[in-house]
Amino acid sequence: MSDAATPWSGYTPAAAWDEAMDVDGNVREPYRRVYAELERMSGDDLYSKAEALASTYLAQGVTFDHAGEERPFPLDLVPRVVGSDEWDIISPGVAQRVRTLEAFLADVYGSQRCVTDGLVPRRLIASSQYYYRQVAGVEPANGVRVHVGGIDLVRDQHGIWRVLEDNVRVPSGVSYVLSNRRAMSQMFPEMFGAMGIRPVLEYSRRLRSALAKSAPEGVDDPTIVVLTPGVYNSAYYEHSLLARTMGVELVEGRDLETVNGRVYMRTTAGRRRVDVIYRRVDDDYLDPVQFRPDSALGSPGLVNAARLGNVTIANAVGNGVADDKLIYTYMPELTRYYLEEDPILPNVDTWRLEEAHAREEVLDRLDELVVKPVDGAGGKGVLIGPKASAAELAEAKDRISEDPRGWIAQPVVQLSTVPTLTDDGLEPRHVDLRPFAVNDGDDVWVLPGGLTRVALQRGQLIVNSSQGGGSKDTWVLGGVRDRAPRQAPESKVEFGGMTAVPQSAHPEDAVAGQQAQQQQQQQLRPPHEHDRPAVEDGGTSC
Amino acid sequence: MLSRIAESLFWIGRYVERADNTARLLDVHLNVLLEDPWVDEPSANASILTVMSASSDGPVSRTDVLQHLAFDRERTSSIAGSLTAARENARRAREVISTEVWESLNTTRMELSRWSQAARPHEYFVWVRERTAVVRGLASATTSRDDAWHFLELGRSLERADMIARLLMTRSLDGVTGPNWTTLLRTCSAHEAYLRTVRALVTEERAGEFLLVDRLFPRSIAYNLAMAESILADIEGSERSRTLAGRAQLALGRARTNLEYAPVREILDDLPAQMQAVQRACATASDIIRDRYFLPDATVVWNQEAL
Repeated sequence: MSDAATPWSGYTPAAAWDEAMDVDGNVREPYRRVYAELERMSGDDLYSKAEALASTYLAQGVTFDHAGEERPFPLDLVPRVVGSDEWDIISPGVAQRVRTLEAFLADVYGSQRCVTDGLVPRRLIASSQYYYRQVAGVEPANGVRVHVGGIDLVRDQHGIWRVLEDNVRVPSGVSYVLSNRRAMSQMFPEMFGAMGIRPVLEYSRRLRSALAKSAPEGVDDPTIVVLTPGVYNSAYYEHSLLARTMGVELVEGRDLETVNGRVYMRTTAGRRRVDVIYRRVDDDYLDPVQFRPDSALGSPGLVNAARLGNVTIANAVGNGVADDKLIYTYMPELTRYYLEEDPILPNVDTWRLEEAHAREEVLDRLDELVVKPVDGAGGKGVLIGPKASAAELAEAKDRISEDPRGWIAQPVVQLSTVPTLTDDGLEPRHVDLRPFAVNDGDDVWVLPGGLTRVALQRGQLIVNSSQGGGSKDTWVLGGVRDRAPRQAPESKVEFGGMTAVPQSAHPEDAVAGQQAQQQQQQQLRPPHEHDRPAVEDGGTSC
Repeated sequence: MLSRIAESLFWIGRYVERADNTARLLDVHLNVLLEDPWVDEPSANASILTVMSASSDGPVSRTDVLQHLAFDRERTSSIAGSLTAARENARRAREVISTEVWESLNTTRMELSRWSQAARPHEYFVWVRERTAVVRGLASATTSRDDAWHFLELGRSLERADMIARLLMTRSLDGVTGPNWTTLLRTCSAHEAYLRTVRALVTEERAGEFLLVDRLFPRSIAYNLAMAESILADIEGSERSRTLAGRAQLALGRARTNLEYAPVREILDDLPAQMQAVQRACATASDIIRDRYFLPDATVVWNQEAL
């Protein structure tokens, strides 16, 4: 059988770190089981399973809006596996990152110690597009500004995990983690049992309790809402899923009104007070009084109510100053400064183009670097030097010289690859990972897993879904060890000495149903039908 | 419950019911056209469009009727349009309705594209009736009997009363003898229940009475009006206001008692006008419900002050 072609036959890792296979073609430890499982399948099996996945997604309505059209979010059949030893680095690393960002935000909107101590230049903060003086001095109820953080990680050529980006405004994508898991566990139930994959379902419960803990002081049983821009937003599916699984209302801006510094929602039974708003609307659109006056997505007066301490807005307004890509370059120093710890996860090396000597070096080597706008998201405006044309490079040079504050440069990181089902069978494709962290004020909890985004085209390094990327279910191993001792006592149910309660049925059916049937078949007609004239319709007797 | 969500639920109830009844009505209409040898097809078609409040100019062909009332996705008076609209409303109220209901509405809309114009309409209508039954069954089995359920059911019963009134109007279309009472009973899935209850041949008066005012059959007009009234009372609960919600009940109650306390003959002689009165009552009640519970959304426009 060893000669027969398996789906793995043509699989050869490219230049980057391949997570499933080393350069000699040996399968790495965490992928053993997945490898064996896929090896047993034929190519057709793979494609039919992939099709089944896509159709469950369409039926569930797991879609995103692409150019005004609802499309199913592509989920790849091959999971991404993260060993428990690797997770032991990622999880504390992400938590540490979130704690640093929290400390930095509290400082920026407070006394600005990091500026007076000369760590971060003042102009960097003042010139940030997302620094809002409107919220300076606003102290959140339990000190939390980053209720949910999404830290984008990549794995470089040497297999080292690095932070690529911080997202502390409205990080999205967690719904795909939850629905990917649901779909994959239905597709591969045996692997789930055997591999001990850590569960992701508790995310909603954790988020809800973190939001409840952030409620304004004195509110025991807070009313939490999820604020969505509306049904045409590309992430609407996620908003509704979160509201549904947390058991809270999903509101739009027009459902809310602010009266005397208190926020209410309009219900069929009149106004109801709102205590915590988990908003999925960008800062700019949140409150027409403070920000864009033409916004119809937010609700006038929200920021003022938050300032008065009558409502908690999560994530806090103005967080964007911390996930600015220039502040990113200061993160390792900030970790040492605020937490007095060494950073667990390193950054990707980055040139700040504001600094003259760095700019010179970068402009010289532009054709081998990646240049990104500091406030960009979704892979927009990213220029990958080695793949750009001469005209594009020249244009980029001009833009950088015009606005050095607007850009950063990084070496091309060869993102790690994971086997992915393509039209030509299994092939390595580049991936990143966005773990989600929930901060409830006492503790930062990192969802075991996270969103693995995969670039579906060969060699493509931008993985965003808006650039035609897909996703993979991320399996973090090591769940069994945790689960075993806890489940044992629960699953033990005493059946001794119990007698089952019999299930009842219609007496005529129950009493030797078969006998009665045989008798009736022997007679041509049941006796009672003789009493009446036959009715044409047949069904009306009795 | 959020007003916006309540409104979506109300309309899901209405659209699903509308798709079901429109399918029943069109099925009968096409049958009548086939069977009636003296039919004046264009005017029969035109008047069925009038019954469904969809107007059109010039002579109306069978294809036009199907396009208007069965396949057009843009119009909420067509089957495809109501099913699409029901799904859009479900998407807006996604976190309140159960996953099963959502998925059945979602797949229904996706499968709509399979039924093109060319397919045999009867099969399409059967499919629509099945799908709507699935949606209603799932909703009934998975929804808590709270306000969410009340608004769904309110929409459903109003729409059903309205649609049966429209169906009965087809008795007196122009240019065609119209479906006989047995056909009408079958259309409402009422024939067997009628036979069991009345135990007699189908006569105009008895059949009319059954569909108009039977108190126990769930597809009689009076049953649905009474249902809507009692749901309204449930929604109001103890804080019953005598104003707006009361006025909705008033409109419905008046239409219902008019049917119940008038001699059947009188109503049958004046069927189109009487049925329009029922439709108007439903429309009035629907407007009042909107004003009372869904708060017409006043769009707040925030102008930047010129300093």
